[in-house]
Amino acid sequence: MSNPSVRTLRLYLLVWLALMMLVALTVASAYVKLGSFNLVASLLISAAKTALVMTLYMELRREHGTVIVFAITGFCWLALMIAPTVADIATR
Amino acid sequence: MSTASARLHEQFDTSRQQLKASKLGMWTFLATEVLLFGALFCVYSYYRFAFPQGFALGSKHTDVVLGTIETAVLLTSSLTMALAIRAIRLAQRRAAVMLLLITAAFGLSFLGIHAGEYVHEWREHLFPGHRFNDSLRAVNGTEMFFTLYYVMTGLHALHVTIGFCVLLVLAVLTWRGRYSPTYFTPVELGGLYWHLVDIVWIFLFPLFYLVSRT
Repeated sequence: MSNPSVRTLRLYLLVWLALMMLVALTVASAYVKLGSFNLVASLLISAAKTALVMTLYMELRREHGTVIVFAITGFCWLALMIAPTVADIATR
Repeated sequence: MSTASARLHEQFDTSRQQLKASKLGMWTFLATEVLLFGALFCVYSYYRFAFPQGFALGSKHTDVVLGTIETAVLLTSSLTMALAIRAIRLAQRRAAVMLLLITAAFGLSFLGIHAGEYVHEWREHLFPGHRFNDSLRAVNGTEMFFTLYYVMTGLHALHVTIGFCVLLVLAVLTWRGRYSPTYFTPVELGGLYWHLVDIVWIFLFPLFYLVSRT
């Protein structure tokens, strides 16, 4: 079965290993006193996990441009909704 | 090849075009899911900045060990889901069925652990309402923290439940030989849904379990 569209088992396991390490990092970073950067750090790590899942497990890397645009758009609208909300309350 | 052409709907020229349309449709649906949870994440952001002390205190009453295990369980289930699709691509039908069932089992164990947490929290008077813990009620925002906790993790658990059912159906259909290396679109779409539910949890975990642990 030499199907070129099939990725190696190794790649899937490496992604999983990276995800597990990021989980450990999420928890560990929460116990380090960083002030408001604790939240920033945990969100950045979550974004990294999401990027791994979306590009490799959800195969977004192989998708057509249109699909990639659609996939990213949802998150853009979300940012558009949350950013002004936070900006409002954080600057009162 | 026969399965691929047999499942080609008349509005499409090729099965490749049909697959592209299906995936685009699924990603559009996933974008609406992002916004469904997104509205709640927006509410969360507002109240977290409005009541920092209440959220910090509320978060200390969640179980960080169980939360971490749940995160690991869901991420591992994403691995087995991706491997199930890989197995179908390689025409390994039995392995694919096993991997789909393992993924479903991870989903079920996630729900089990979460149900255990809910029961424990109910006993600890952490459910908003007249039974709510008095020392927590004294701090503004703790009830809002727990309201959002139940609404958001509850909606997420509902999604895991739906995903669990989808996985079981996909496992049965795979077992019956419905899918082949040339046609397995439903498994791919089900997988996308499962991964998205995982992504939602990736954000729920630090926002509820790890607000203030220092």
